Amino acid sequence: MHTNELLRAKAPNVFVRPANLEDALDRLGAGARIFAGGTDVMTTAGEAGLDGDFVDVSRLAELSGIVRTGGEIRIGGATTWAAISAAELPPAFDALKAAAREVGSIQIQNRATVAGNLCNASPAADGVPPLLALDAEVELASRRGLRRLPLARFIAGPRRTELAADEVLRAVVCPTPPGGMRSTFLKLGARRYLVISIAMVAVGLEIEGGIVKAARLAVGACSPVAMRLPAAEARLANKPARGGLGAQLNIADFEDLAPIDDVRASADYRRAAALTLTRRAVELCICGESGGAV
Amino acid sequence: MLDTAQGVLVTLNGAPARLQGPASQRLSYNLRESCGLTGVKVGCNAGDCGACTVLIDGEPACACLVTVSQAEGCAIETVEGLSDADPLIARLRASFHAEGAAQCGICTPAALLAVVALLRRNPQPAEAQIMDALGGVLCRCTGYRAIVDAVAKAHAPEIAPKHGAVGSRLPRLDGARKLSGAEIYGADEWPADALTARAVRSPHAHAEFVLGDLGAYLAATPGLVAIFTARDVPGDNRFGVIPAFADQPVLAEHQVQFRGEAVALVVGEDAVIQALDLSRFPVSYKSLPALTTLEAALAAEAPRLHANRPGNILTRGRVVRGGVEAALAAAHVVVEGSFETGFVEHAYIEPEAGFARRVGDRIEVQACTQAPYMDRDDIAKIIGIAPGAVRILPTAVGGGFGAKLDLSVQPFIALAAWKLNRPVRMTYSRAESMQSTTKRHPSRIRAKIGANRDGRLTAMDFEADFNTGAYASWGPTVANRVPVHASGPYFIPNYRAQACAVHTHLVPAGAFRGFGVPQSALAQEQLFDELALNLGLDPLEFRILNALEVGQPTVTGQVFADGMGFKRCLEALRPRWRAARTHAEAFNASAAGSFRRGVGVAGMWYGCGNTSLSNPSTIRAGLRPDGRVALFQGAVDIGQGSNTVISQIFADALGVTVAALDVLGADTDMTPDCGKTSASRQTFVTGNAAAKAGAAMRKRLLRLANAGEDAALELAPNALVIRGEGGETRINLGALPVNAAGFVVECMETYDPPTTPLDADGQGEPYAVFGSGAQIAEVEVDIELGRVRVTRLTCAHDVGRAINPTLVEGQIAGGAAQGLGLALMEEFIPHRSENLHNYLIPTIGDMPPVDCILIEDPSSEGPFGAKGIGEQALIPTAPAIFNAIHHATGARLTRAPATPERVRAAIEALKP
Repeated sequence: MHTNELLRAKAPNVFVRPANLEDALDRLGAGARIFAGGTDVMTTAGEAGLDGDFVDVSRLAELSGIVRTGGEIRIGGATTWAAISAAELPPAFDALKAAAREVGSIQIQNRATVAGNLCNASPAADGVPPLLALDAEVELASRRGLRRLPLARFIAGPRRTELAADEVLRAVVCPTPPGGMRSTFLKLGARRYLVISIAMVAVGLEIEGGIVKAARLAVGACSPVAMRLPAAEARLANKPARGGLGAQLNIADFEDLAPIDDVRASADYRRAAALTLTRRAVELCICGESGGAV
Repeated sequence: MLDTAQGVLVTLNGAPARLQGPASQRLSYNLRESCGLTGVKVGCNAGDCGACTVLIDGEPACACLVTVSQAEGCAIETVEGLSDADPLIARLRASFHAEGAAQCGICTPAALLAVVALLRRNPQPAEAQIMDALGGVLCRCTGYRAIVDAVAKAHAPEIAPKHGAVGSRLPRLDGARKLSGAEIYGADEWPADALTARAVRSPHAHAEFVLGDLGAYLAATPGLVAIFTARDVPGDNRFGVIPAFADQPVLAEHQVQFRGEAVALVVGEDAVIQALDLSRFPVSYKSLPALTTLEAALAAEAPRLHANRPGNILTRGRVVRGGVEAALAAAHVVVEGSFETGFVEHAYIEPEAGFARRVGDRIEVQACTQAPYMDRDDIAKIIGIAPGAVRILPTAVGGGFGAKLDLSVQPFIALAAWKLNRPVRMTYSRAESMQSTTKRHPSRIRAKIGANRDGRLTAMDFEADFNTGAYASWGPTVANRVPVHASGPYFIPNYRAQACAVHTHLVPAGAFRGFGVPQSALAQEQLFDELALNLGLDPLEFRILNALEVGQPTVTGQVFADGMGFKRCLEALRPRWRAARTHAEAFNASAAGSFRRGVGVAGMWYGCGNTSLSNPSTIRAGLRPDGRVALFQGAVDIGQGSNTVISQIFADALGVTVAALDVLGADTDMTPDCGKTSASRQTFVTGNAAAKAGAAMRKRLLRLANAGEDAALELAPNALVIRGEGGETRINLGALPVNAAGFVVECMETYDPPTTPLDADGQGEPYAVFGSGAQIAEVEVDIELGRVRVTRLTCAHDVGRAINPTLVEGQIAGGAAQGLGLALMEEFIPHRSENLHNYLIPTIGDMPPVDCILIEDPSSEGPFGAKGIGEQALIPTAPAIFNAIHHATGARLTRAPATPERVRAAIEALKP
């Protein structure tokens, strides 16, 4: 290669804070990338800093706020984890709030957004299991219009989503959970605070008359994308909601997981930890505890 | 529109301001470079360390993850804006100061800001809230507990003593500037016309390389001023901390020996250099097979890294006493085991940084360092000038722990500034700091230890291989120190210890708090527990029975007449030991759930100063006519407190208060050589020089009034007041003649610890003083997940005399935190963990309360009886934790760190 090729002239970067969503979508359509909390984008940028055109959606009114409307709870895509943690939400969201308090540090929670956590599509994203357990959907906006996808479909693989280049994740939408639904989140890391999960789990139990009417279990960092475990959920359904319920789960219920070996732990350890964490989360959930870091 | 460099309006520390710079620039960079707010520290540029924490509209954020444009319209607060006019802030600072919550101080601005955000909401937070607020600020020095205490007491801070006689809890003399953000670290100062340097580093562990058309690259890159390669080094392109082993090139010549080795240096305007994509630098590599393990490097057919080091052996160390084989054969009980540890990264929050400028035919280097005179001598060789033509100006050091003994940025900035005759600065990125600077040696240890029926140790056979990486660094020191220390402070009549430093194509391993002794203690102290178990003895009582006492020979045949307080340390632990063991055993007896508790103990000793080598310190002081005493203090304070301790010792020996002193230096043009800040030697060695200098000045001052030795001195403005048996004499200092340096009286004294060389069997007197101690770790083990939580540490250390108990306790808690990290989470894997989210160090939530028990068994050789503590505190923590895990679960960990996975596997392996 010739040096000149290596050093091809680069247009100056453009970083825009648009006034409204339409403006933002125009810029996305023109090739800019999305910037919000910055906690992933800036980290990936490395020492050299940002390279390319960005549109900062963190202050857009259309992406902010948590509202309950027509059988749904909408969380604006640019909502920070600190805001989620502080929001008044039904007990079914306790797992999400517990996860919010375990995303990085307070410094990160004050900036990082829920949409960023989903769009970054890390297998270890703390926000994903609780949202899977809430049957969340994502609302994607572009100049072409709006569309909705279930979260489980939106995240296509490690660092891959269905988000088109001209789209922004406008909101996370959760159907209003059943009244008796409560939830718990547990995260396992090799230290307290500021740690990437080895494994984490969100459990939602709909309890009515002392019986688990339905269970929702989601495990993260143990497969390319965090996932619900229908076999395990079925095992808990229609069982009495009392201590010891978690022991009904066994390792076969976790066969769908496909954990990897990495610097944090081996696949075998992760699978075993997923079972342990889920059992514990079920017990805590029955007691009405929201969990956190183990 | 904010896509141009028009700047954004903000409220900065209470005043309107315009941030100039590209909209997408990191706020941290802008605040430091354009606003001069260098209290915003940059530790990682990735949100992993929290050092750049600022408040944005009152909420903590990592300024490295926020763009300039995002700050628009916001109120930004940095440490410089925290005004003591606000009583909440004044009290918080006072509390940090009194508790010793700032050691090196690099994380202090961030910690203060994170806490201010909390205290504004909740002036008296609970401990859990304090921890939540500080969970995102990494501190590598304090072990966090002093910070927790400081915040907890911030509503009513302790009143700190001001005078600081030896033994008082004088707050550190450099504390105020660490708390205000004014302290200057390596990256915090640079001449306005300074260029920036960056190294081009090899992505290969072992490769040959060819440089491309550098001239074309230079010409095609606007803002790039120069490129330097090995051929540009004017002097010797070799350096190393031990001159006889110097083997590391400043810039590699044709071949690289580890991932991260520098092949070239680019220099230019800061913004250009920062943005440069070095993957496009014209260099091509031919990757070669790399030796990355001890096995591979020691294999008979392994190629040599260095032609003059057959078998890839850098050095061997050996201590032999008595007949170990016969004694082991005759022992009633023999235990043996193999243990392994990995690379451990120092992970100071301050990456290496500094600047250099050429002043005529001299070069000045201002950088963070632990060893200014060693830097001076090596830079002189590299530039090809006399040592006297090099001036080293150490900045405050944002954590060192051993790695800042070796050169890092210094040769690069010196070379570039020398060649360009323009100031050049350089700051390592976190990745490059982790890739290229030294680590704790990975180890592979085998040991066999025997005892007789009554529990007395009879013999120990010990062998250790240390992976020393590509270049020598401190490998020889580790190989020599470990055999002397591997017995621990116990009487063992028959002993054989051999250690070997082996080259591999990995990052050089060097000095890290303990020089290999933490690794050997992990083996020896665990085997001691196994012996005690085999003998049916209580582990603490077994150690007390075998503790080395005055009059008994060490494994090198050295006999101490005083200052061997190890047994007292162990005895001081008895009450906590018994209570905690009983409590844990009762808990486990009825435990049905997933948690088991355990209590472990481990001891240690550590020789202060160089092993059988001269390592003098010299202290110079002068009394000025105005009544102030200039103390030329060259012992670099890397956070441990030498600025304070040396002043306390000198002031006490002179007989004045520290308030009478102006502490100057370090600066190789001004302060005499106090050696390196390493080997737990500054309090002991430089302290002795300070005590001698203080005493010498006292003698001279007393002579001025013909006063007796017991007379009291007082320094007043322009006067010396001497009160003795003959009454009060007031001497007008302004009336006395001054010397060329402007002093009425000037003294300079040197101390070099008395040692003797070790013979072929390692027999001799390697150290004049040993510090010793023992720690109890209490743990709770999650037996299903393998997660270990340390719930309390009790640390008894013989420091001879605690010159400053707060600073001693700070060393203990901080050392224990690093020991906890070594035990439970820290392992550096080249390529995979070159950042602070894959390489984990303890956060505030991982550190339990630390109870310090200071034993003062004075050494006749130490200043006021004092011994070192810097390294001592780290050594027993990991083995105590491993012994506690065993007590809790029955599982013996032989590989550090004890990650959840390894602990779980060890527990599973016990099941039938």
